[in-house]
Amino acid sequence: MSEPIQELRLEGITKRFPGVLACDRVSIEVRRGEALALVGENGAGKSTLMNILAGLYQPDEGRILVNGEPVHFRSPADAYDRGIGMVHQDFMLVPSMTVAENVALGLESLHRGFRLDVREARRRVTEVAEHHELPVNPDARVWQLSVGEQQRVELVKTLCLGARLLILDEPTSALTPQETDDLLERLSRMTSELSIIFISHKLNEVKELTHRVAILRRGAVVYSGNTDDHSTAELAALMTGREVVLPRNDGSGAPGAPVLAVQGLKVRGDRGHLALDGLDLELRAGEILGLAGVSGNGQRELADALAGLRPVESGTIRFDGEDVSRSSPRRIIERGMGYIPEDRHHEGIVGSFSVKENLVLKDFAGPRFSRLGFLRLRAIQKNADALRERFDIRCSSTAVAAGTLSGGNIQKVILARELDRGPKALVAVYPTRGVDMGAEEFIHGQLLSLRRRSVGILLVSEELEEIMNLSDRIAVIYKGRILSVRPARGTTRQELGLLMAGGAHA
Amino acid sequence: MPRRFALVYAAGVVVLAAAGAAAVAAAVLAVIGASPWATFATIVTGPLQDVFGVTEILVRAVPLVLVALGVAISFRSGILNIGAEGQILVGILCTTAVALWLPGLPRYVLVPLCLAAGAAGGALWGGIAGVLRARFDVNEILSTVMLNYIAAQLYTFVLRGPMIDPAELMTGSGTPQSMRLVRAAWLDRIVPGSRLHTGLVLALALAGLVWVLLFRTTLGYRLRAAGAGAKAARYAGVPVERSLVVAMLFAGGFAGLAGGVEVLGVHHRAIEAISSGYGFAAIVVALFGGLHPLGIVPSAVFFGQLLVGADMTQRSAGVPANMVLVLQGAIILAIVSAKMYLNNPYARQRVATALARLGIARGASPQAEEAGP
Amino acid sequence: MNAGRMAYDILSLGVPFSVALLLAALGEMFNQRAGVFNLGCEGIMAMGAYLGFLPAYLARSGPYGPWADVLGFALAAAAGALLALVFAVVTVTFRAPQGIAGIGLQMLGVGVAGTLFRHFTGGVTGVEGVSAWPIPVLSRIPLLGGVLFNHNPVVYVAFLCVPASWYLLYRTPWGLRVRAVGTHPRAADTMGIDVNRVRYQALMLGGAMGGLGGAYLSLCQAKMFADDLVAGRGFIAVALVYFGRWSPWGITGGALLFSLAQAFQLAIQVGGIHFPYEFAVMLPYALVILVLALARYRALGPTALGKPFNREMRI
Repeated sequence: MSEPIQELRLEGITKRFPGVLACDRVSIEVRRGEALALVGENGAGKSTLMNILAGLYQPDEGRILVNGEPVHFRSPADAYDRGIGMVHQDFMLVPSMTVAENVALGLESLHRGFRLDVREARRRVTEVAEHHELPVNPDARVWQLSVGEQQRVELVKTLCLGARLLILDEPTSALTPQETDDLLERLSRMTSELSIIFISHKLNEVKELTHRVAILRRGAVVYSGNTDDHSTAELAALMTGREVVLPRNDGSGAPGAPVLAVQGLKVRGDRGHLALDGLDLELRAGEILGLAGVSGNGQRELADALAGLRPVESGTIRFDGEDVSRSSPRRIIERGMGYIPEDRHHEGIVGSFSVKENLVLKDFAGPRFSRLGFLRLRAIQKNADALRERFDIRCSSTAVAAGTLSGGNIQKVILARELDRGPKALVAVYPTRGVDMGAEEFIHGQLLSLRRRSVGILLVSEELEEIMNLSDRIAVIYKGRILSVRPARGTTRQELGLLMAGGAHA
Repeated sequence: MPRRFALVYAAGVVVLAAAGAAAVAAAVLAVIGASPWATFATIVTGPLQDVFGVTEILVRAVPLVLVALGVAISFRSGILNIGAEGQILVGILCTTAVALWLPGLPRYVLVPLCLAAGAAGGALWGGIAGVLRARFDVNEILSTVMLNYIAAQLYTFVLRGPMIDPAELMTGSGTPQSMRLVRAAWLDRIVPGSRLHTGLVLALALAGLVWVLLFRTTLGYRLRAAGAGAKAARYAGVPVERSLVVAMLFAGGFAGLAGGVEVLGVHHRAIEAISSGYGFAAIVVALFGGLHPLGIVPSAVFFGQLLVGADMTQRSAGVPANMVLVLQGAIILAIVSAKMYLNNPYARQRVATALARLGIARGASPQAEEAGP
Repeated sequence: MNAGRMAYDILSLGVPFSVALLLAALGEMFNQRAGVFNLGCEGIMAMGAYLGFLPAYLARSGPYGPWADVLGFALAAAAGALLALVFAVVTVTFRAPQGIAGIGLQMLGVGVAGTLFRHFTGGVTGVEGVSAWPIPVLSRIPLLGGVLFNHNPVVYVAFLCVPASWYLLYRTPWGLRVRAVGTHPRAADTMGIDVNRVRYQALMLGGAMGGLGGAYLSLCQAKMFADDLVAGRGFIAVALVYFGRWSPWGITGGALLFSLAQAFQLAIQVGGIHFPYEFAVMLPYALVILVLALARYRALGPTALGKPFNREMRI
């Protein structure tokens, strides 16, 4: 067991990746029993910094001091030895193994000899779970657990492995509002025994939980002090360096005829279960329909089915009057469906192709860019130049590989391509995930202007604020069905939170 | 200056990789008591000593170019064709069959017909693996390797049976080979006194055509997209499964064509051990040539030299011909390793940082490379 | 030809025929469970076959018979581990694509084995090899005795490896690490497990077992070495791991299935049934394709299979 951490200091930590300075002489400190918030936009360097603290990355410069003593973490094992553990944004649990087995993986003491003592791991799990009031079943297989339950497992696991300082990376991104409140309350109680570093870009949560806050912008600390000294708005301004007001849907214009009508849709997920179980949805021209829900309730399968990438077991999808439930993706694209996919690196662009090649990924065989089977290179180049200008895509030239661009710029390439085709409907899945505020502002602006041009937009997002700001109507998806569709105006976070968790009883 | 460092780094990686491959080969040579220097010297200089040697290099290069072009198309499309050996054999059978079946046709009909049959046979054989991958998600490396073994048995069966030279049956010697093909089916010799034939022209022309196909046509774009980003290609409506099959049809077709060319140009009959490892060698040729037609041609000449040189070392220094396989294997491992470091800015930066820490190569420091997000 | 007699022959041949495949496939199972597939298994088996054969060949006129065999197996295992080490450097440390690297290793292994063979042995020579050790009481059981208990000791050892592998994979801490590394390497990494080291270990174990499988071919089965001795068994072993759903029991079943097919082919020849030799030889290879096509096992395999692990990948 490691000794308690009275004081943890990072001094002058610098980390570079090719072409990017991720951490720029960052210095922060945490004391015992304190909750420090590490705040910044997407891409500001928070996760990188914490990965260094947790022993996953090596800093190029700077040092870490625990209780005044410099330490060098070559791996997460070293960090755990000193009592530093991290709960990552993507859960680090092996889905096919049980909770106890997952914990056993990290318990050094169990790794001697030829017999795997899972019993000891189970005992440890139960002990920690009871002590911190985090109910967890050690024999459950991880893939069977819900997102909220998995997060509890992650917390218990980190504590079992001896963490005295917990680093939490965006822990509430996949939770309902009720689960979020629950978590923040638990964490608050834990500060009596542990120190916490809480990474987030959600300032209201920061305000609620933490004592001190450090704000990162472009890899450097721009402010550090007590959380209570500033209002949320002031913190936001410090975070982005300027007054950012994200564009909102002003509710103008009336929605037109339905452009997408889904009825009784049943679609199977990867594991063979029914991911969509009789889903009904209607999207009208000129409206933004926000799809709220905890991830894993069928959003991905719905988006895939709409794009023609997943077979429809039963039910219909009518797009612009035509039944496309059995159509090929090509047909649906040609009918005018745009798609901004979840995984922009692998689903949105071909990383090794140039930016200009990516901009014609859907139309290269059409009359605009080809003739008799030959590519019209000059037309492709001109198209790329024009779109780069219009969408402010930052790249040294359109001939560079698209995969080397930053997340925000890749998203702009995808947006440029989709929007330039003049779609009748657009499905946007987590369009601003991992993207900095400047790009987020731009993307929101583009979506709203599309709306004004009578395009129907289905916005799938896990950020309730984004959905509430941009949507005309909000639909809540739960276990593969639409629980409710409401006008955005007048619906509160609480109501949405309850629905996302399954209904009237949370 | 970062740019100069990048060049030095790239050169360093290539040199290290080449040295690694050479070291492996040298180690094996040392074990069997042959002098690595002498062996390498023979390989490098031996074939170049006379005109015949040079033409022999080109004779080997022709099938290598053809098969490697097909391999390049398939690899770029995301499907790894290891089945060229078998596809060559099937191509040989088809070419020989047509030539034996229709010997009376005039040459300008017979030759293209035979070659087309060879290509078709190879394409069919390759297509099987393509369909297996597209419809049944069968790993194409495993299926093409299995198809190689099956094709080898099929080849032997046909050569000992239906296609055997009646003369062999009469004399009772039973050598598995077909009858000599009619003169009309032969490809002309370019250099008198050598075995170099007009297949060379065909190979070079096809290299140019493949370049156009891959980089200037919509079909090529489709194939490359399917290989470089299958997921994104699907989302963009590109029929990825169909592209995989098309790629295998091309790959098998080129291999089958190579087999036909060997029969019509060099041996003038179907014999055993005719493909003698061209199928595997072509994979190395393709990789070495960067999977690009412009690189494949010189790469094929290089490997042609290797093959001829290895033959010579077998005769002169007693180095078994299997050494070629050792070299090819070592070269593949070297190439795939080097590739990971060449296009990798992370690795380059790690090296630069390490060197800077050691006090060498100042100015290679990546601070100079920084650009804003 | 008595059908019963033929069935008995096939069964009693099938068991020892499966050993080489079984050993290599069990080794490959560890590789794949850790997330790496080694197509160079064929080359490893070739090297194992030759190095296993070599001491027996050199000592063939002397009194050291059985010791030479033991040395042969040891050399084969060592060579297999060494080749696997090279493969590990290329695919785990350098993170090169595993498919092509495997083919490169295969060429290397086959080439070196062939070169050494031609140089040190020259022509195809037989060796005495390892003879059968019938188990005292059990081998007298009618029918079953001949099929199961009348084989050379390596056969018994190989079949003992099956439950041993199961225990190693599911009941030891190392096995837990291997499974984690093959399914969710990032998670294992955050818990302080050295992903690359575990993969190296799994690969070397797999290589050693592949080498043993090759040595079995030359010392116990064919009792000689030739260029085409391995004849694709290394590739079949890799396919078997898919077919056996990455479990020792499934792999055993698969190995027996394929060796029965081979025994069937021999029985046909011997039985004088008119069936072209070449088509009979094709049978196992065609069977592999059939089996791979009919089995849709992708979703059940180790999720990280085939993907190199890179901690610094920022996605």
